[in-house]
Amino acid sequence: MANLFRMQASDAAVAPQRDRGGGYWRDLDWILLIAAVALSLMGSLLVWSASRADLASESDPQSYLKRHLINIGVALVLGFIASRINYRLLRAYTPVVYVASMVLLLVPFVPGLGVTIAGARAWIDVPLGLTIQPSEFAKITVILMMAALLSERRDREEEPSAQDVLLALAVAAIPTAIILVQNDTGTVLILAAVSLSIVAVSGVRTRWLVGLIGAAILGVLASIQLGLLQEYQVDRLTSFINPNEDVSASAYNANQAAIAIGGGGLDGYGLFEGPQTQGNFVPVNESDFIFTVAGEELGFLGSALLIAFMAVILWRAVLIAWKADDLYGRLVATGVAAWLAFQMFENIGMTLGIMPITGIPLPFVSAGGTSMMATWIALGLLQTVRLHSLAVQRSEV
Amino acid sequence: MSQQSNVRLFVLGALMLSLVLTLIGRLFYLQVMTGEEYKVAAVNNTVREVVEPAVRGLILDQVGRPLVSNRTSLVITVDKIELSREPDGGEAVIERLGRILDLPAEEIADRLKPCGSEGAKPPPVCWNGSPYQPVPIAQDVDPQTALTVMEQGQVYRSVDARLDAIREYPAPFNVNAAHLLGYLGPLTEEQLEEQGPTTASDRLRRTDAVGRSGLEAYYDEEVRGKPGITTLAVDTAGRVTGTLEQFDPEPGQYLISSLDARLQSVVEDQLVRAVQRAQRQGNPGDSGAAVVVDVKTGRILAMASYPTYDPSIWVGGVTQKQFEKLMDSGSLASNATQGIFAPGSTYKVVSTLAAGKQGFDLNGTYDCPSRVKLGTQVFRNYESAAYGDISLARALEVSCNTVFYGLADRMWEQAGGDDAGRDGADPVADAARQLGLGEATGIDLPVESEGRIASREFKIENWERKRDTWCKNAVEGYPETRKSAPELADYFTALDQENCADGFRWREGDALNASIGQGDTAVTPLQMAMVYAAIANGGTVYEPRMVKAIMSADGSQIQEIPPIVSNEITGSRARQSIRFLQRSLPRVTTEGSGRDPFSGFPLDQIPVASKTGSAQVTGDKVSTAWFASYAPADDPQYAVVMMVTQGGLGSKTSGPSVRKIYEALFGVDGQDVNSRRSVLVDGKPSSNLPVIRQDGTPVIPLGKDSGLPEARETVTARGDEGGG
Repeated sequence: MANLFRMQASDAAVAPQRDRGGGYWRDLDWILLIAAVALSLMGSLLVWSASRADLASESDPQSYLKRHLINIGVALVLGFIASRINYRLLRAYTPVVYVASMVLLLVPFVPGLGVTIAGARAWIDVPLGLTIQPSEFAKITVILMMAALLSERRDREEEPSAQDVLLALAVAAIPTAIILVQNDTGTVLILAAVSLSIVAVSGVRTRWLVGLIGAAILGVLASIQLGLLQEYQVDRLTSFINPNEDVSASAYNANQAAIAIGGGGLDGYGLFEGPQTQGNFVPVNESDFIFTVAGEELGFLGSALLIAFMAVILWRAVLIAWKADDLYGRLVATGVAAWLAFQMFENIGMTLGIMPITGIPLPFVSAGGTSMMATWIALGLLQTVRLHSLAVQRSEV
Repeated sequence: MSQQSNVRLFVLGALMLSLVLTLIGRLFYLQVMTGEEYKVAAVNNTVREVVEPAVRGLILDQVGRPLVSNRTSLVITVDKIELSREPDGGEAVIERLGRILDLPAEEIADRLKPCGSEGAKPPPVCWNGSPYQPVPIAQDVDPQTALTVMEQGQVYRSVDARLDAIREYPAPFNVNAAHLLGYLGPLTEEQLEEQGPTTASDRLRRTDAVGRSGLEAYYDEEVRGKPGITTLAVDTAGRVTGTLEQFDPEPGQYLISSLDARLQSVVEDQLVRAVQRAQRQGNPGDSGAAVVVDVKTGRILAMASYPTYDPSIWVGGVTQKQFEKLMDSGSLASNATQGIFAPGSTYKVVSTLAAGKQGFDLNGTYDCPSRVKLGTQVFRNYESAAYGDISLARALEVSCNTVFYGLADRMWEQAGGDDAGRDGADPVADAARQLGLGEATGIDLPVESEGRIASREFKIENWERKRDTWCKNAVEGYPETRKSAPELADYFTALDQENCADGFRWREGDALNASIGQGDTAVTPLQMAMVYAAIANGGTVYEPRMVKAIMSADGSQIQEIPPIVSNEITGSRARQSIRFLQRSLPRVTTEGSGRDPFSGFPLDQIPVASKTGSAQVTGDKVSTAWFASYAPADDPQYAVVMMVTQGGLGSKTSGPSVRKIYEALFGVDGQDVNSRRSVLVDGKPSSNLPVIRQDGTPVIPLGKDSGLPEARETVTARGDEGGG
């Protein structure tokens, strides 16, 4: 634990960043940035379309869009800051940030501060009518913390020690447990997938991996068997199997989502023209179900383009992980990539009826300030890893 | 970094790629492969229709007088869904409503029961609309009562009052015409299911009232109009988010009938008088019919049936008591088009046509004995009169049966007698068919009877139908009857034995009976009128029509309905026979059986061709009194046929009324004939169509020609004059 704060020798060599043709703006992964910006702009249009129908009778039907654009602005600034964080300092302050985020995660339980949305007590009420979802930040800090722990190993060791692995799992288990209590099932699943990915790429023995996957499956089965999950949670998770049978509650959502997306056809109804979207038939279609707006109004061509942007981001993230100079950077990039990949798959998958319905947003696209900021910060971290790797490579040449 | 880490990262990247491909594949399946069905689901989800009913078109007479129009009415409705939510199932509400509306509570309860449910009364008392649709239980409620109901919204949550456009019968000249005009009723479940895919504006809805009989039913599609439909986009909460489509209601088209209200009124009145005349003679005179047809076009100018009923009884639905009374009175069906009766001697024109076509000498002489004996059967003349050797024309004048028996007998023998097979000649039946008997006339009414022609063919068909029963009875020998009346049982048994053995045979007696319109022959009065119209016009059998034009509600578009010829009688012998009849029938009125009712009538100015008939009906003590005619005989314009069942002699019972109808048609006063006195404006059937103003009100004759009380002369199409 003590050597966690010890600087590595190579870090010192990183400091002069402008050497040999390098430089922040030149080294930045522009493809990654452009894909993310494109996705955010596309998201803004979709949020606009989805929210104007809700707000048609209000004085300013564009108010939701304006707030979304401000959120993106703030998120870009935060992402920029994250990309300029000193790699060394980042690692040094990770435990502090982790602990802080765990504390923040507990705030929703404080009466008067916590807000329950869609059955999940996962939001904090802040002034100006805004809410913060601390579990979004927890995803980042868990990634950073696990990466730090698992890349911290003695020389010549090929793989993390059992102690490190257990410690890393504990780091993931704490927020997972809290979030589980908050009824935010979707985020729990994402955290599980992210932790598993980080542990896997950290190079642990295969038996660890098999054990973990087995434990996860057993855990889910046991919690259903033992009635640990509330009945509605099971319903929510299983209603996607046959949404037509029960046109109530979450089955209704799945059904309406399918109608919206299926109705979009090849080229869609056109922006602002989707009957399901404009008639508000799909619930929370500016955030969790934003993809139904893309499906209905932009059709297969538009929504496949959206997925393509997402795929570009994942490709760049995995590439950054691949080319990372050290294990820490690789694990951070892996964690972010896994996070974005699974969250995208879960979110879009539930609107397509192939994943259970959970309340998680589509990265870069959905409305929701906390999520937008967290994903842009994650993007900044990817850039940091890349910038650091490029700088090290240049210094080694 | 370790090899292990690289492999794992590679696997993770591959996993991500597969996730992306899964999403794209699923998306492609949903949107491109199966997208259509979701599109339909989305439309159902988000679109609501608001229907504004169309105003039904008016039915006008030949000069524009309204026979059926519209007015508004305050209607009290009960929502059955709301009612069932009451703690006591709504009993208290019905009780209270009954007190306010002055209706027995059980009558309201009967009205609310869906047709076919347990304990439900037969339609139209029971409710055959949708259970989700408020049931109208009282119409024409006064505004005070309606206000009482509406103000107590809390007490009467299930009860509402609304303003409906309903049918009105202005009854110019107090016409009834119930069987012709018909009535409206709620759409039935079957009609709803029957209609295939239609556009929104053509679709019938549960709340629609449709024509159930008469012109209202036959021309329902034209008169119905198209409802105004506003298609709204709505969200999940039912809030309107936009208007997708809007069509204004298109008012129903107007029917311009060939009926003349004033003439119709005269005919209805004269039919009642004929019935009264029969009853004064001590005859039952239980029903009757009269038809006036324009022989040049086949259009119906007037048609009456006795007994009749008040057409407004249907407006707002009838009560159980009213309905039972209506059923018992036998007044629902029209005797003119649905009743079939033995035509008696009026059928001799058919036999004459047959004989002429067979080559019998129409100008020859024929023996008219008092009776003809056939085995054990005796066929007599009326009052057993004998005229010796007379011409065929004279035989028609005095209605000598035995002359026609002789003709029929010879035709029967020519065809092969008893041994003629199924294909044996049957000239009388053929002539009847040529004149349109034995089949529907094709009148523009939803139902009519086809009647029957006694013939070889009919006999065989009848035998095939009844053989089994006859043969069974022949063997069993009526054991029940035998206990009390062994002789009667013997007679029945013998009859059935004969019928069983050769009941299919067209016997000599059958042929004789058929020649004078007796036996199995049965016609509707309308069919008989069309037969005489065909003789009058020289052999053109028209399809009778009651509507001569259909006009748009603003009078701008006119679709004329031309006369339709159903058969043209051709062939020189047949034409000669028609001309022979045209020459002979006027003499029936001047010298024959039709003379009495027309004594004092200016026949020199208006010759009338006629034929009386007093048809014997099995089971009835008194004959059916027929009087068939057309006039003027030298330039025929009208055919008038009247009949009264159990009315006695045609000349005594129906004849005088037919004369009165001609007097009204031609403006006869004593010996003086003046077409300006005619009940028809301008003295003849109008050749022009009435004018309809742009606002939908018809231009009608003024003053005494309107037939309406002065205050009602302005007829409104939209029914916005009455109600609250």
